[in-house]
Amino acid sequence: MEFLTPAGPNSTDRQTVLGKAHDRIDGPLKVSGLARYAYEYHDVAPRAAYGVVVTAGIGRGSIDSIDAVDAERAPGVLLVMTHLNAPKMFGQNAAAPNDPRLDHATPQLQGPRITQHDQAVALVVAETFEQARAAARSLRIGYKAQSGRFSLPAMQVEGKPHPRVADIDMGDFDTAYASAPVRIDATFTTPNQSQAMMEPHASLAFWDGDRLTVYLAHQVMHWARSGIAGTIGIPEAQVRVVAAYVGGGFGSKLALYSDAILASVASRQLGRPVKITLTRAQIFNHTTHRPPTIQRLRLAAGHDGRLIAVGHETFTGDQPGERGELASNQTRLLYGGANRRIHTRIAELDLPRGGSMRAPGEAAGLLALENAMDELAEKLGMDPVELRIVNDVQYDPEQGPSRPFSERKLVECLRTGADRFGWSHRIATPGQVRDGQWLVGMGMACAIRSNPVQPSGARVTLRPGGTVLVESAMTDIGTGSYTIMAQTAAEMLGLPMAAVEVRLGDSAYPKASGSGGSWGGNSSTAGTYAACVALRDTLARRAGFDGSDVSFDKGLIVSGGRSVALAQLVASGPVTAEDTMTYGDLTRRYAQASFGAHFCEVGVDVHTAEVRVRRLLSVCSIGRVLNPVTARSQCLGGMTMGIGAALMEELVVDPRFGYFVNHDLAEYQVPVHADVPDLDVVFVDGEDTKSSPMKARGVGELGICGVGAAITNAVYNATGVRVRDYPVTMDKLLAGMT
Amino acid sequence: MRAFTYTRAATPHEAAAAVAAHPGAKFVAGGTNLLDLMKVDVEKPTHLIDINRLGLDRIEPLADGGLRIGALVRNTDLAADSRVIAGWPVLTRALLAGASGQLRNKATTAGNLLQRSRCPYFYDTTKPCNKRDPGTGCAALGGFSRNLAVLGVSDMCISQHPSDMAVAMRVLDATVETVAADGATRSIPIAEFHTLPGATPHIENVLGHGELITAVTLPRPIGGTHVYRKVRDRASYAFAVVSVAMIRGNGIQRFAFGGIGTRPWRVEQAERLSGAEAIAERVLVGARPTTQNRFKLALTRRTLAAVLDQA
Ligand SMILES: Cc1cc2nc3c(=O)[nH]c(=O)nc-3n(C[C@H](O)[C@H](O)[C@H](O)COP(=O)(O)OP(=O)(O)OC[C@H]3O[C@@H](n4cnc5c(N)ncnc54)[C@H](O)[C@@H]3O)c2cc1C
Ligand code: SF4
Repeated sequence: MEFLTPAGPNSTDRQTVLGKAHDRIDGPLKVSGLARYAYEYHDVAPRAAYGVVVTAGIGRGSIDSIDAVDAERAPGVLLVMTHLNAPKMFGQNAAAPNDPRLDHATPQLQGPRITQHDQAVALVVAETFEQARAAARSLRIGYKAQSGRFSLPAMQVEGKPHPRVADIDMGDFDTAYASAPVRIDATFTTPNQSQAMMEPHASLAFWDGDRLTVYLAHQVMHWARSGIAGTIGIPEAQVRVVAAYVGGGFGSKLALYSDAILASVASRQLGRPVKITLTRAQIFNHTTHRPPTIQRLRLAAGHDGRLIAVGHETFTGDQPGERGELASNQTRLLYGGANRRIHTRIAELDLPRGGSMRAPGEAAGLLALENAMDELAEKLGMDPVELRIVNDVQYDPEQGPSRPFSERKLVECLRTGADRFGWSHRIATPGQVRDGQWLVGMGMACAIRSNPVQPSGARVTLRPGGTVLVESAMTDIGTGSYTIMAQTAAEMLGLPMAAVEVRLGDSAYPKASGSGGSWGGNSSTAGTYAACVALRDTLARRAGFDGSDVSFDKGLIVSGGRSVALAQLVASGPVTAEDTMTYGDLTRRYAQASFGAHFCEVGVDVHTAEVRVRRLLSVCSIGRVLNPVTARSQCLGGMTMGIGAALMEELVVDPRFGYFVNHDLAEYQVPVHADVPDLDVVFVDGEDTKSSPMKARGVGELGICGVGAAITNAVYNATGVRVRDYPVTMDKLLAGMT
Repeated sequence: MRAFTYTRAATPHEAAAAVAAHPGAKFVAGGTNLLDLMKVDVEKPTHLIDINRLGLDRIEPLADGGLRIGALVRNTDLAADSRVIAGWPVLTRALLAGASGQLRNKATTAGNLLQRSRCPYFYDTTKPCNKRDPGTGCAALGGFSRNLAVLGVSDMCISQHPSDMAVAMRVLDATVETVAADGATRSIPIAEFHTLPGATPHIENVLGHGELITAVTLPRPIGGTHVYRKVRDRASYAFAVVSVAMIRGNGIQRFAFGGIGTRPWRVEQAERLSGAEAIAERVLVGARPTTQNRFKLALTRRTLAAVLDQA
């Protein structure tokens, strides 16, 4: 099914199951331990051998020597694989530049060169995990370390225009900025951050003849499948990947790592299943992370607050050919202003490869932009909420009114939030409110996150007895995919939730969008919708109905006063339909994004500068809400991560060794319960007919967008100290406090 | 983790003898520190003696009004003991400020005193660390030192002592009781128990190989207001950036500090002074901060001011 024109009335409009609060249907499995993750499958692969990956202890250089004698002789050891004996693998290289079949390839152990810390240098496989780990310790690997480009600030002079991101220059920025009555010029830095999801990357691989099955932790099944096939050089059709449950990803599991690739080749070589998990300590340097940025914000406005010039210049760094953090992107859409300079510069770094982390771009960019807006509001003597409202635009500021937003209710979010939070009680002058040892302040910020959609398919089967099975290669990384896809099928087929079973995370099922970029919920339910429409047509024909006025309700098909029980139509066997939703150019014709407004109250300890969030409210506009429980959970998680980004999360670079030093969860601090107060989430009513037949937009990343700026704006309001170097820790605040 | 053998001892003396007889042996109590370090190959014992069933898990009153805390009393039980809450509340507060509920359920009194460094390089066997591998150098000097010590440091090591409980023990003038392989017992004042890194940062206390801690004793209660203020980067489940244990009132004033010293830090001479500025200045004599942890000097002063406000 193609989605080419804005959605009219359709069967999702009934909102009897969709739009209603449903707890996650996989919840009981998860809390009782019955939901199995990649490393936990035992029955499908009895006698699995255990692999332990050995990773490099240098950031850049080469392997000088390998002494595997002791490791090979160690008890239980079945295989020691290094670059000296690894099979040939394939990846993007000079010989195959931009080969789409190799987009997700990640070759391992292909030579002595070390290009990042904790790159895989060996695999040890043994009968037990303990034996493999012990043997891995006795492997002696000598390195020749080289110096590298490990510090982003030191590389700033090397910054080059981003090969994949065009500069935006509109009007005459320099003149407009220079002559504007009120100006802000501020530079912000955001650090490397880690996704730090709960489930470590893990894989279990086994072969049946030339067919490979890999149970793994990945967000997009077809990327995992093509990545493994491409890397080891076999046809995709011979690879099946399974990830029925994924313990969080936040972008980290959009890529493949050594666990999947090395389990696959070791299993082939040993002729038995092999399972591998990365250790927590390896994950921080071996897998991707959010790259760092230095962002210069220049905002200029008239005395009425209207933006005259908008400048956002991002400097980021990453491994050669990688993307970096595109922190300027949201600034293209969030506010008006005729004169614009939105640039991205990137330098090559030898730090671990960057990747996507929840809201790549916006999460870092809004920390800077929304802080700068707060500074501008102060300089204007204007309320920060009002400043956002006067600069609202209902169309893409670069294209003009010819490209309107599909649905933009930012102003409603702002007004609703201000009202509900008691924003009018904020005292604009910093440092005025004291509650015992606490300096109290309020801050706010806007949220925007683009709304991509992806083709997504599903197969829907009405089974004898009248129950429905939905199968799709969609993943559920803790977000609620199982639940909202079940709701979609139940709504479309007029059945209760209990009559729907959903099976996900298997490349044997119809190809689906996977989970990433906030596209998963909208896209995967739209795919379910398409398959249900096809099934409804088939069932209607079987029932002898022709045409359009067919409805499905309470287990019956109803048309023209006649009704037939669904169960009756499948008495002799199941009926199946499969379809994929694809998209036309509505994303080009309409700017599409989810919006929100965050309001925060913090306390800052007057003595120690410890910051504690006291209240946090997010008002979000995401089109139609598919399920208020799961949508709210996404926001809560994003807001929690935003607390981390504002106050504590930073991968600390040691430029002498070229790595992130704080590579465990004791040292890479994320918020704990005590850091997270009672969070409040409100959704404004809406429906987005340009986005998909579900009339919904993405919500998975919206919660983290901007929330950190709301927090640090509140810190400023509490203390009068503006820290522009994230995260805002006590040492930085103390430097400005008396 | 490497292969090791494991036995249970029947008596404290037997446990001490078993470790003394075996150069690679170690005691294991709650295991919350030792096992973590074994998994990352920092500790490599070849033999473990389990001391969990030696009957050292009792808290008993002493004739002089003091308290004898068995070495294997769990942090949770110690913090909840009504006698401790009444007579030595700073100890309860320090314990509850540490780690998490699950960890405190396993962690023991002796194990807590003996917990090792939280310096990130100490955990990373690919990096130099004099404490882990003597003579290899100190990666923290010139590296990530934000949370390391400013007092008692040497050119060989600047790791802070991470314990909260030990800071309370220090302010309470606790005594560590031990038994050695030959059956000899001794009582070590807490002030003399932990050693400075100097040229031998791998040596952290005065215990001999195989010397078993059997108990920690507290002198009779001295009254006053007890405060334990722990400053950290998140609200819970983080080691102290700076912590202050204070007992004040009844004509007494005592302070001990965590997070800033290579061992639990107390400067008795400073306790005769008054005012946060003067006390902090005396406590911080000899401080050698790095550029990254210099803020701990001001933070110590400010935290002291905060606790003095409280009592
Ligand atoms: C994630 C995490 C967070 C933590 N946060 C904090 C915190 O905020 N504050 C804090 O203070 N602590 C914290 N801790 C440390 C915790 O308090 C210690 O791990 C615990 O107290 C150690 O006690 P244990 O009984 O488990 O010791 P074990 O691990 O069993 O032993 C530790 C060492 O002591 C030796 N030993 C044990 N008992 C004896 C004995 N009777 N005689 C001689 N030697 C002995 C062992 O041989 C070993 O070398 C944290 C730990 C973790 C893992
Ligand atoms: S400070 Fe001590 S523990 Fe840390 S690296 Fe240096 S020697 Fe090792």
